[in-house]
Formats: sequence, C-alpha cells, structure tokens
Amino acid sequence: MSNAANPPGDASAPRSPSSSAAPHSSDVSHSPHSTAVHDDRGRLGMWLFVSTEILLFGGLFLLYSAYRWRHHADFHAASMLLDRVFGTTNTIVLITSSLFVVLSIHWLRERRLGLAKLFLGLTLLCGLTFLVIKGFEWGHKFESGLYPNAPHLLSLPFGEILYFGLYFSMTGLHAIHVIAGMTVFGFVFRGMSKGTVTAERPIFLENVGLFWHLVDIIWIFLFPLFYLIS
Amino acid sequence: MSDSANTSEADATRVDHGGQSSHGSPRFYVAIWAALVCLTALTVTAASWDLGWIAILVVLAIAATKSILVLLGFMHLWWEDKLVIQLLIPIVLVTLTIFIGLTYTDILYR
Repeated sequence: MSNAANPPGDASAPRSPSSSAAPHSSDVSHSPHSTAVHDDRGRLGMWLFVSTEILLFGGLFLLYSAYRWRHHADFHAASMLLDRVFGTTNTIVLITSSLFVVLSIHWLRERRLGLAKLFLGLTLLCGLTFLVIKGFEWGHKFESGLYPNAPHLLSLPFGEILYFGLYFSMTGLHAIHVIAGMTVFGFVFRGMSKGTVTAERPIFLENVGLFWHLVDIIWIFLFPLFYLIS
Repeated sequence: MSDSANTSEADATRVDHGGQSSHGSPRFYVAIWAALVCLTALTVTAASWDLGWIAILVVLAIAATKSILVLLGFMHLWWEDKLVIQLLIPIVLVTLTIFIGLTYTDILYR
C-alpha cells in the first residue's frame, strides 16, 4: 500500500537492504517506498494550503452574506448590472479547464507524456480565456463608471456600493489565483519537458491541479452569488 | 492509443481502494464534467424562477453539490486513503459554520 503511488510496471526500483541502510540515500527518486511517503507529505501540505484558502474566501463570503442580508434590494439591483452571459461562459470555461487538468494527470500517470502536455496546454488556454472574458467584463464596468471610488458608483445607493466593492475585491482576488495557478502550471509544463515531472513523480502536477480545482470551486460559489441574485 | 483507452475504460468499472494511484478513467472525468455543466445550466435557469426566500437555498445547494463533485471526482478525495486528508475539509467546514453561526447570532439579535 505504501508504494501505491508507483505503477506496477516500474521494475527499476532497487530493493536491496544496502540502499536503504546507506547514509547517503538522499536521492529518493529510485525508491518507491520513499517516493510514496514523500508524495503523501506533499499532498497533505497542499491540502492544508487549500484549507487556508477556503477559510480566506470563507471570510469574504461571510462578509458578503452579512451585507446582502442588510441590503438585499440593493444587491439585487446591482447584480442586474452584471452580464450573465459572461458569467455563465466563464463558469463553463473554468469547469472545462478543471477537466483538462485531471485528464493531464491521468495521461501522465499512464505514461503518455504528449497527451499530458496537450491537456495541460489546453488548461492554460482555458485559464487565459477566463482572464480575457473577465478583462472585457471589468472593462465594460469601468466604461460605465463602475470602479472602486468612481463618482458615479458613489452616487448609487449604499448597498450597491458595497456590492461592487465586494464584487471587485472577490473576483479580483480570484483572478489573482487564476494567474498564480497558470504561472505555476507553466513551471509544471517545463518540468514535464525536462523530465522532472513524470509518471513516477507526478506530485508537482497533482498539487497544482488541487489548487486549480480549488479556484474552480471558489468560482462555483462566486458565480451564482454575484450574477444570479433573484 | 486504443490499447490504453481500453484499459482505462476497464478501470472505470473497478472499485479500487488501493490508495493514491487508483483514480478515475477519462470517461468518468467527462461524466463529472457533464454533471457540472448540467448543474450550471440548472442554477442559471432556477435564477429566473420566482422562489422567494427558498431561492438562496437552491443556489447554495446546487453550488455545494458541484463542489462535492469536484472534491471527490477531480480532487481524488474519493480515493484518498490518508485519514488526515479525509478529515481536513470537514474540519474546515465545521470551523466556517461556527464563524458564520456566531456572526449571524450577532447580526440577527443585535
């Protein structure tokens, strides 16, 4: 069970007692046991990070819900100013990118490096599409005088000012996460090309994948709460 | 290509609790994706229904269902064999619930 991270076809693993007793056995990449333990630790660390991210956005969602409770009519009116087509498209784009990541991990584990790189590239393309759509959306808002501290925005009812404050900070923080995920995926892609991210050691790709799915989950909540207030 | 596709389709029907290396097939992942797209369509459609105060519960229920699908299917929690990692998300959710609950006792009874 402990070496479950290694595919059964991996016959190159030395199992001699001398290798485990050697003091200079810092190179763990040839020992399936050490690799598996290492992967568990790395995965646990990533899940801990994911947990802190959930609490970070959880605090913002709590703020959102408290203000929405107080200013429900204003929140509804302000959400009517958002474009549902943009929001829905971006939801589908992000869900699809999550599928591509998980397919990339699958094909890497199946030792089909070309397919793994193809799907990672498609993920990056989806992330870029998301940001471009987001950019157009924010651009439209800016043009119609809706940006933080804009004179027009400040003339609106108090609840609508709060709504747009939350909208820009929460979707902005989310967009920063998308950019961060794409950046690190770039390093994963390079690792695949250089042979440091492989079927034996897919943890880098898997962990960034976990982060990317988290970003997807956050958007799953952001989308209906900002775009679909009925 | 066809060989590996066949083996991974065979994997889909196998219930495996062997650990981290066991995971879904492409067909399984695409099914999760299709479910997520359908739930997105449902939540957009439901926004035009006049549900009153139940609307927010519907919205949150659909979002929670989608998150569970992502956590179990895409993030591989379904196959997770480490108890610590299995417990992390429930612990986080309980913590959040306490935060939200305490805040609302303040907001509602102030």
